[in-house]
Amino acid sequence: MTATLHPAAPSAPPAASPDTRRRRRRTHGALAGWLYATPTTLFVLLLFVLPLLLVLQMSASDWPLLSGNQGLNFPENYQDAVSNRFFWDSVVFTLKYTVLTTIILLALSLGLALLVQESSRWKGLLRTSFLIPSALGLASASLLFYVIYSPIAGPFADLMASWGFTFLGTPDGALWSTIFLIVWRYAGFYMLLMLVGLQGISEDVYEAARIDGASRWQTFRDVTLPLLKPTLALTTVLCVTGSLLAFEQFYILTKGGPDNSTITIVQLIYSVAFQGPNNLGVAGALSVIVLLALVVINIAQIRAFGKKVED
Amino acid sequence: MSIDTEPTTTRAMVTDAAAPSTREHRVARKHPSASFAGIALRTPGWVLTGALALIFLYPLIWTAISSVSPRAGTNQVDGWGMGNYATLANYQAGIWVYIGNSLFVSLLTVLLTLVISLLGGYAFARFRFPGKDALFLATLAILMVPYATLLIPLYVLLNIVGLSNSLVGVALVLTMFQLPFSTFMMRISFESIPRELDEAAMVDGCSTFGALWRVLIPAVKPGLITVGLFAFLAAWNDFFAPLILINDTNRMTLPLAVANLRGQVQ
Repeated sequence: MTATLHPAAPSAPPAASPDTRRRRRRTHGALAGWLYATPTTLFVLLLFVLPLLLVLQMSASDWPLLSGNQGLNFPENYQDAVSNRFFWDSVVFTLKYTVLTTIILLALSLGLALLVQESSRWKGLLRTSFLIPSALGLASASLLFYVIYSPIAGPFADLMASWGFTFLGTPDGALWSTIFLIVWRYAGFYMLLMLVGLQGISEDVYEAARIDGASRWQTFRDVTLPLLKPTLALTTVLCVTGSLLAFEQFYILTKGGPDNSTITIVQLIYSVAFQGPNNLGVAGALSVIVLLALVVINIAQIRAFGKKVED
Repeated sequence: MSIDTEPTTTRAMVTDAAAPSTREHRVARKHPSASFAGIALRTPGWVLTGALALIFLYPLIWTAISSVSPRAGTNQVDGWGMGNYATLANYQAGIWVYIGNSLFVSLLTVLLTLVISLLGGYAFARFRFPGKDALFLATLAILMVPYATLLIPLYVLLNIVGLSNSLVGVALVLTMFQLPFSTFMMRISFESIPRELDEAAMVDGCSTFGALWRVLIPAVKPGLITVGLFAFLAAWNDFFAPLILINDTNRMTLPLAVANLRGQVQ
């Protein structure tokens, strides 16, 4: 950025030579542009568009895992997908998990962000300790909590034995244990996003609120929250999408148990495709349903936030 | 989608708390002390916040301590020591194989992501070509599609081209998932550099590639570092893609090996 710039280049076009040069560059720019964009194009076409078309074809075909395409099977795949005995359970469970996780995670991370907003040595220490779990992979974090929740090896083993409960033994226990894991793992990351948003609110607004005699709660509700709306929109979309597609935590921590009570929709796709029925056709149909649902939910969220921002 | 680098006009703030919903993007100013919302939540004090920090650190501290402490039923029964680590080193194919696999996948993903997003970002920021906007939107659309929806057909496709059960296949897939973020990031990086810089290089006789190589790469280095770090972290921690694409024990990456360790825990 420190190289010499033409001071007057954009405003005062001098003579003809730079102008023609620019025009010449633009015309052969089309070819060069395509050349530079070729790797991106190849990846997008071969690894994104092609699979997307293939999954559409799959969802309409009889396609066992090992023997490949066996011909058209159009409405049946979708009927099988919806009538799978875990389909509605997994949809309800995924939605329940998503709503709970999003509310708890966003509320907590906003709280943490407000808590560590100022910079002092102690606040910096807190910030670091909230952020450290974010460095862990989700698979490792899930295994870590599997051991911590274990009634034999975990640190709460004695406590569980004397109180007669286990973390992962009941459907509700397993759900809340997983939510705790996810909150522990992601609170720091969302706190960071919230901090960036809070940093963008100028001190003047708070000062104005103070002069007008607003209470702390009023300031938070009428100044901080409305001005934080773009950040809240981003974090909500991220959190909802991530939770709807939850897989690792349930695959490793609960294995869908107890009594198949914690099967998410992605887990259902995985098990239909690779663990039992080995039916890629039905798995493809499920994938297409999830894709459409996700697109609809995301558009709804963006619309909702967009409208509120305009008000 | 082009981001114009206009000078941000800082308008006078409406100092009226009754109409706080007037949204304006202002330049973030650094006021480290005494923000109002901060004060609102500062009161509980050190004990409470310290306890909160401890909740976040406790699982990691407990794991670190119990990995070397004596416990019945582990490979470190009496006295403190590294017995559990010795067992881990020889677990299945050996931990070094898994670390090697993870490193290979992560580094290949970083390399591919850097090359593709560098060239792609350059193309999007500096050239006009037909289909540019469509291609950019298609790249961003990768974000909208669930992992599972793409991985099942990718499993079939990679089988067809002979990349089944291959770490290269995993790296290709992970690179594709990194494209929306990295392309967007590199496009912004290139657009924030004044055009005069590469025009000057071309006046001095550089080709478009020469301008990129000699002048622009040093200028977009921060963007490249960010993209590379994100790609590495995502590839290193990714679980779902290798789970579906890899089924040979010797080719598993670390997260898969970690998931297999679950069988060792009661």
